[in-house]
Amino acid sequence: MSRDNILHKIRTALGRGAGQAVADPPPARIRIPQVAMEDRIASMLERVRVLAGQAVVSDDPRAFVANAIAGKSAVASNAPFLAECGIAGLAGVRSGITNREELRQLCTTADIGITSADYALADTGTLVLFSSPQEARMISLLPPAHIAVVPRARILTGLDELFAVLPNPAEATSSMVLITGPSRTADIEQILVRGVHGPGLLTVVVV
Amino acid sequence: MSTEFAQKSHDAMADPKLQLAIYTSTARLKQNRIDAVSPAALPDYQELRAHANAIKKHTIDNLDHYLEVFGRNVAAHGGKVVYCKDGTEVSDFVLNLAKERAAHLIVKSKSMTTEEVDLNERLEHHGLESVETDLGEYILQLAHERPYHIVAPALHMTRYQVADLFERELHAPRETVIEKQTALARSVLRQKFLAADIGISGANFLVADSGAVVIVENEGNARLTTSAPKIHIAVAGIEKVIPRAQDLATFLKLLARSATGQLLSVYTSFLSGPRRAGEIDGPDEFYVVLLDNGRTRLLPDKGKRQSLFCIRCGACLNTCPVYRKIGGHSFPWVYSGPIGAILTPQFMGIQHEPALPFASSLCGACGEVCPVKIDIPKVLLDLRSDVKKSDAREGRNRLEKLGFRAFAWLMTHPPLFEMAGRIGRSMGWPTSRKGPLGAWLSERDLPPLPAHSFREMWRRR
Amino acid sequence: MGTRVSLFVTCMVDQLFPQVGMAMADVLERAGYQVDFPENQTCCGQPAFNSGYRAEARTVARHFLDTFESSETIVVPSGSCTAMVVHHFAELFHKEPDTLARAHSLEKRVWEFSTFLTEVAAVEDVGARLDRVVTFHDGCHGLRELGVKDAPRRLLSHVRGLELREMVPAEECCGFGGTFAVKFPELSGAMARTKIEAIERTGAQTVISGDPSCIMQIQGALTRAGSHIGTLHLAEVLASR
Repeated sequence: MSRDNILHKIRTALGRGAGQAVADPPPARIRIPQVAMEDRIASMLERVRVLAGQAVVSDDPRAFVANAIAGKSAVASNAPFLAECGIAGLAGVRSGITNREELRQLCTTADIGITSADYALADTGTLVLFSSPQEARMISLLPPAHIAVVPRARILTGLDELFAVLPNPAEATSSMVLITGPSRTADIEQILVRGVHGPGLLTVVVV
Repeated sequence: MSTEFAQKSHDAMADPKLQLAIYTSTARLKQNRIDAVSPAALPDYQELRAHANAIKKHTIDNLDHYLEVFGRNVAAHGGKVVYCKDGTEVSDFVLNLAKERAAHLIVKSKSMTTEEVDLNERLEHHGLESVETDLGEYILQLAHERPYHIVAPALHMTRYQVADLFERELHAPRETVIEKQTALARSVLRQKFLAADIGISGANFLVADSGAVVIVENEGNARLTTSAPKIHIAVAGIEKVIPRAQDLATFLKLLARSATGQLLSVYTSFLSGPRRAGEIDGPDEFYVVLLDNGRTRLLPDKGKRQSLFCIRCGACLNTCPVYRKIGGHSFPWVYSGPIGAILTPQFMGIQHEPALPFASSLCGACGEVCPVKIDIPKVLLDLRSDVKKSDAREGRNRLEKLGFRAFAWLMTHPPLFEMAGRIGRSMGWPTSRKGPLGAWLSERDLPPLPAHSFREMWRRR
Repeated sequence: MGTRVSLFVTCMVDQLFPQVGMAMADVLERAGYQVDFPENQTCCGQPAFNSGYRAEARTVARHFLDTFESSETIVVPSGSCTAMVVHHFAELFHKEPDTLARAHSLEKRVWEFSTFLTEVAAVEDVGARLDRVVTFHDGCHGLRELGVKDAPRRLLSHVRGLELREMVPAEECCGFGGTFAVKFPELSGAMARTKIEAIERTGAQTVISGDPSCIMQIQGALTRAGSHIGTLHLAEVLASR
């Protein structure tokens, strides 16, 4: 079979035997800076804004989101945090869906997708979303706008801290997505256009 | 030099609009990278490069081990690894699966590896519809063209050419506004995503300890390709594997900055297996195709093995003064620029395009910007030596070999070197534009020849 | 380190730009060095090496090793030739332990001219004067293989009457590349034209470089374009009074 053939070719080329032990790889490079929470929040807001996203700190996320979705249709994930904030129950918001096809159908017509986030990365303004019973992939992907409501405690300093906290994301989920700004392309004449396939409008609400 | 390479290079240099497009696009990418990795923006840049190089070196030196670990972990998360030696095996796998699942429509996200093996052509030949979803790749698919640049595939096209293309191929009213062209592509491709049976992606990294595939993108088409259809197939070269998820802390910091100057691409997906129990959406089946296609032939040479470290950022293209003149389509294979110049001879054989390793002034800018520190100039020099050895064995370019033998002889006989110089200086520069120096002479005015050589002047001091 | 240095002028300076060699000797003598010129010298072998002819390059490199066997310090008015000796001789002789050892010893004794002045002679002001607006072209091999960037600029900063303006973009290849210019003349010429456009934007009267081959390429393109901008080697500038 090709597998054995290819592995055999590799071993021959490298001068290795089957099952031969391997020296340790160079240690992983994880350097976590010390950053106070206010600075993490400030950095998060700044980075998202630089990428043409909207970013706010809110102590009344329900009101903020209600205002943002006024007159529009929205689908929200089943994240407990959204329920806690009272967002899942807002008028105009469909939530609590667990059927893949139903959810997809909703997401193709909804104006806005609302999620929480499992983590956020302050230095790059990144949202980290796991696919889970609480968070479906399509909500942050199909609708043209995406609102993420994130408790501040989940804001990490950056990638290094993420992989320190989560050395093996595959144990948690089949899909971990890092979202850094709205969808974009510069494929035609290097002119920047937002909202190509993913949402062109991104709002991060830090609670 | 093959006349095709010479002709294509010439045509590219003779096209002022193309020259402007290539120059301004690469200038922007080049400057964005410089800003993103400056000491102020990324103080650890050189350390990260060294670390990335060390990880790649270790992994490639033990590639069989990491592929096996990767395979076990893919299986542990419910996915399946398929080893393919070439494009035929890849398309056979996809076609068989498509047949078994009664699948007809495939959506594809950007993958240079699938370009290597002309996967779309193979699938379409067998009656499947396979649609590129990255905007640049979609444009190229409609135009039946190859990518012009590793990261910016349609770099050479203007909005007017895109307007013509969409009008002709999509039967849409002519539209030259770029936002509207993008919106049109978005709506056409959205239908495809939602109806597709299979999504085929590439992979920027294969993570051994997680059995995961990492895909980096800006548009969202890779997320849709890997999440909407029920089947996801990731196609990747065997060299894409890295040992640990934690190594991404190094690689992700380098990749987007080197490619476009972004801190991170808009979407980085870390995918391991089909959707888990309880997950609401995601594919039901997950396959990783590990492609050889000649990579195993590069492995034995320790000096050139580093060619496989490449993470496909395109930084070398943006900084290369040669690429920036002759453009991507002058290169004979899917990979262009400095990385293309070292991969093509090793994959296709050095006599496929023997001029390629020589089409470089060896300025070294490529090696300086490579995030994984591939010593591209060194590999080019090694390939040049390989070409000449092959020429010698096969009796090619005998005159040139004789010329350099004469050079070596002259340079080891100082009195003869001195005499040759004196004769040359008294004869003057050749005025004829014929012969091997003719073209070189045509391009430039030469310095006036001095009356005496340095050594003559020194003796008279 | 003693006060004696040997000149390796390079084949190109010897035959085409002898004034550069004379200027370099002049500057070194003013800096207090006794200068000798081992007569057996010819070339470093780079043309053969770059063209893929390693056996021929080795032949020439061996001759170089013999010529400079007893030279304690060798100064070279070219980044690319220095880089050939310092970085590539070892590669050529990796299968010959004895010659390899000699090559490694040689590496420590060979200096690019501007680096020699600033790091070995520890001098930056050589008492030069030149009333000119100039720009500086970094030869790629010196820049990237030897790290020659600051040294020439520090030396030029002390030249009375000199105004140095940097090119934008900087650090781009002039397109010479040795046999590259002969094999790909159109491409080499196109690269040279891009370079002279950057030069013209500085408003400089003269381009200075530490590499004779770059000078030949750039001057050739300037003259062909009908420009009045001239070229000078760094040594010529530093020898100016």
